[in-house]
Amino acid sequence: MENNNAPLLEMRNIKKDFFGNQVLSDINITLGPGEVLGLVGENGAGKSTLMKILFGMDVIRETGGYEGEIRLNGQVVKFATPFEALAAGIGMVHQEFSLIPGFTAAENILLNREPTKPNIVSQVFGPRLDTLDYKAISQRADQAIDKMGVKISGDMVISDMPVGHKQFTEIARELSKDQLKLLILDEPTAVLTEKEAEALLTSIRNMSAQGISVIFITHRLHEILSVCNTVVVMRDGYVVKEAPAKELDVQEITRWMVGRNVESAAAAEVRELPDAKTIMSIRKLWVDMPGETVRNIDLDIKEGEILGIGGLAGQGKLGIPNGIMGLYEAGGTVEFEGKPIPLNSPRKCLDASLAFVSEDRRGVGLLLDESLEWNVAFGAMQIQNKFLKKFGLFTWRDERAIRAVTDKYIDELKIKCTGSRQKAKELSGGNQQKVCLAKAFALQPKFLFVSEPTRGIDVGAKALVLEALKRFNREFGVTVVVISSELEELRQCCDRIAIVSGGRVAGILPATESSEAFGTLMVSQVV
Amino acid sequence: MDKTDMEKTLENRDLMERFSFASRFGLPRTIIAGFVLLLFIMAPIVGADLTMQVGNVINRFSWNAVLVLAMVPMIHSGCSLNFGIPLGIIAGLLGGTLAIQLGATGPVSFFIAILLATPFALLLGGGYGWLLNRIKGGEMMIATYVGLASIAFMCMMWLLLPYTSPTMVWGLSGKGLRTTISLDGFYGGALANFLAIPIDPANGLYFPTGAILFFALLAFGMWAFLHTKTGTAMTAVGSNPLFARASGINVDKMRLLSVIMSTWLGAVGILVYQQGFGFMQLYMAPNNMTLPTVAAILIGGAAVNKATIPHVIIGTILYQSVVTLTPTVMTAMIHMDVSEVVRIIISNGMIVYALTRKVKGGSR
Repeated sequence: MENNNAPLLEMRNIKKDFFGNQVLSDINITLGPGEVLGLVGENGAGKSTLMKILFGMDVIRETGGYEGEIRLNGQVVKFATPFEALAAGIGMVHQEFSLIPGFTAAENILLNREPTKPNIVSQVFGPRLDTLDYKAISQRADQAIDKMGVKISGDMVISDMPVGHKQFTEIARELSKDQLKLLILDEPTAVLTEKEAEALLTSIRNMSAQGISVIFITHRLHEILSVCNTVVVMRDGYVVKEAPAKELDVQEITRWMVGRNVESAAAAEVRELPDAKTIMSIRKLWVDMPGETVRNIDLDIKEGEILGIGGLAGQGKLGIPNGIMGLYEAGGTVEFEGKPIPLNSPRKCLDASLAFVSEDRRGVGLLLDESLEWNVAFGAMQIQNKFLKKFGLFTWRDERAIRAVTDKYIDELKIKCTGSRQKAKELSGGNQQKVCLAKAFALQPKFLFVSEPTRGIDVGAKALVLEALKRFNREFGVTVVVISSELEELRQCCDRIAIVSGGRVAGILPATESSEAFGTLMVSQVV
Repeated sequence: MDKTDMEKTLENRDLMERFSFASRFGLPRTIIAGFVLLLFIMAPIVGADLTMQVGNVINRFSWNAVLVLAMVPMIHSGCSLNFGIPLGIIAGLLGGTLAIQLGATGPVSFFIAILLATPFALLLGGGYGWLLNRIKGGEMMIATYVGLASIAFMCMMWLLLPYTSPTMVWGLSGKGLRTTISLDGFYGGALANFLAIPIDPANGLYFPTGAILFFALLAFGMWAFLHTKTGTAMTAVGSNPLFARASGINVDKMRLLSVIMSTWLGAVGILVYQQGFGFMQLYMAPNNMTLPTVAAILIGGAAVNKATIPHVIIGTILYQSVVTLTPTVMTAMIHMDVSEVVRIIISNGMIVYALTRKVKGGSR
C-alpha cells in the first residue's frame, strides 16, 4: 500500500488548544524519507506539543485531541497511543530519560523486544517463558550502538553512566527497531558535551543516509545548520519560517525564533583586574559528588571579577560550587576574605555572604509547590532575618515586604507569571531559572556561584539571564563565578575562564583566548 | 500572539481554575460534604431532633479538634501523617493520671494535667522525632508501629505503675489502673462548662464555649507559628528538603521540632477529649483515636504534606457530622446500627485515598 510519490510524513493544518489556550495554529510540515528536519523555537513555542501529537501521547487525547490530519506515506493516521506510533515506525527520544537504572545498556536497548531461545518450560507454556538470549541481545545492541558511531559498552549499567551515554542508549534503543522510519529527537544534545554532540550529529547523518528520517529539536542552532536539510522555525504556535538549511544562518534563525533582533552578544568587554585582591582562595579541594568528582582544585578568585568555570561534562566543574556550599561531602581548605570557610555546612557559607544558584533547579533550587514570593524571599528571611516584622510577642513574615521584593525582581528579570503568588512549578524552565537568580540576588551576597544558568532555557531567556548576572556584577561589585558547559556563553560574560579537566584546574585563560586553546585544556587531563 | 494575548490566556486559565469547583475544593471533600448535607436533610425526615444533632456535632468537634490540630506540624515538616499520635496520647494519659494521683481536683486539675504531660510529651516526642529522622521516606509505616508498640508497652505499665488513688485503681486488688476512669470531680467538663450556653438543657445539651475557645487559642497559636521564621522554615522543609538544606536550614532539627510539637498537641488533645467525654480511657483506647484523627484532617482537604487550620476545622466538622448523624439516620431508616461500619469505611477509605495522592517532590 506504500505510495512512493507521497512524502514519508505530512502534517496538515494541525491545530491544538489546551482549554481554550491555542498552542498550535495551522501547522503544515512535510518530510521526505531520509530527510532531517530541524525544529526550532523558544520554549513554549509548541514544538513539544506538536511532537506529542505526532507520537500519539495520552496527554493530547485527554485534553480534547487535535484538529488537522497526519499522513504517513500518504495514509491518514491518527495514533491513539504511542504504541501505535511505534508500530507505524515512529521512534521518539524524550528530553527526560526513560531507562531502567539497574539494567545494562544492552538490556535497556532491547527491553521487551529481546531475542529469545525456547526452553522446555516455554515449549509447554508458550513463548512468554522463553529464555533471554543474552549473546544475541548484546550483539543487536552493539549493532544499534555502532549505527551511531560512538563507543558505549553494552554491559555498562545505566546508573553508572554519565548523562551523555544515557542519551546515546536512548537513541540506540530506537535505532534497534527494524521498522523505524522516522526518529524524533527532542533536545538530545542539551545534556551532551560538545564532543558527544558532534558524535550525535554524525550519527544523525548516518541514519539519514540509511533512509531514516529525523525530526531534530534543539536549542543549539549551529547543530541544526550542520545536520538538517530543512529548518522549521516555530513561534507562539505558528510556523513562522520554513526554509532549506543552506539558505539560513544562526542570526537569521534567531531573529525568526524570537521575532526580534537579538544582538549577537559580542564578546563582553573583558576586564583585566590586576590590582584586585583575592577574595576566595581554594586549596586542595576535593568533592565527592557522583559523576562530577573534584580531585584536587587550587583556584584563586579575584574580587569583583566574573570567573567562568568550563570543562566537559563529568570532569568535576559542577562539583566545585556544590562542594564549597556544603551540598556534597568535601575536603581541603577554602578561604573567603582571608577567613577559612568550614566545608560541609551550607549555613556557614550563606552566613559568610556566599550564595549559590544550583544547576538542579527543580530539585534543589526551588520550592515548586510554593509561591514565587516564598521562593524569592525564603533565603534572605532565614539567613539574614529580612522580611520579618515584630507583632507583639511574635516575629512574623512581613508579607508586604516579601510581595514588594518579589514584584521588583519579576519586573527586573522579566519573569513571565500571573503574579507573585503563582506557584513556581507552573513557570517555564527559563522563568524558573530567573526565580532562582532572584532568590540569590535577594540575599545580596558578596560572592555568587551560578551553576549552569542557561541549561535547557531558550535563547531569549538565556540572554536575559546572562545580562542580569553581568549587571549584578557591575552594579554591586559582586564577585560571580559562572559554571557552564557552554563555552560560548562563558566567553560572552566572563573575564577569565578556568577549565576543569579530570577534577583539576587545567588552566585559566582570559575570555578572549581562542576556542582551540580552551578546547585543548578541556581534554588535557580527561579521566 | 503578542504579549497582551499571552496575558489574556493566562488570565483565562486563572479564571477557569477558580471556577472548577471540585479541583479547588477537592473531590473527596465534596463527596463527604454532600453526604453530610444529605444526612442533615434526612435527619428531620426520619424523625430525629435536628437541634440535638447539631449540638452533638458541635460538642464532638470540641472534643476532637485539638487532636486533629496535632497532625499539622508534622505534615508541614514533611513527616507525613502522624500515625504515631498514640505516643502523644500516652503522654496526655500520664499527665492526667498523675494529676489525679497527686490529688488535683476540679477544673484546675486540667491545667495541672497538661503541665505534667508536657515533660513526657517532650521526651517521647524527642525520641520519636529522632527515630523518624533516621527513616526518612518511610515515616508513616514506622509511625504506625511506634504507635502500636507504645500502646502495648503502656498496657503493661498501667498495671505495674504504683498508682494508689482509689478513684483510678481496681477496687479489689487496690493496684493497677482501671480501663475507664470517670473524671467527675476532676477535670471532666473543665473547659466545656466554662461559659457554656444552653441549647437544650433538658437533654443536657450545652454549647461548649470554653472548649471551643481553647481550641481557637491553640489554632491561632499554630497559625501564628506557621507565619514566623521558624514556621516558614518548617514548611519549606516539608515542601523540598533539598531546597531547605541548601538554604542553610537544619532539616533534622526542624523535623524534630515538628514531631515534638505534634506529640505535645496530641497530649493536650486527649486531655481536651477526656474533659468533654467525661472519662479517661486507658489500655487499648489510644489506638481508637489514630484513624479518625488522620481521616478527619484528610477529609478537611489536607494532603500528605500540606495542611492548614481551615483543613483542621472543616475536616473535624465533616468527620464528626458523619459519625454522629449516620447512626441516627441509618438506624431510623433500616433499623440496623451501621454507624461503626460507616466510620471504618470513611476513615480507612480517606487514608487510602490520600496515600494514593501522595506526589513525590519535583514531579509535575
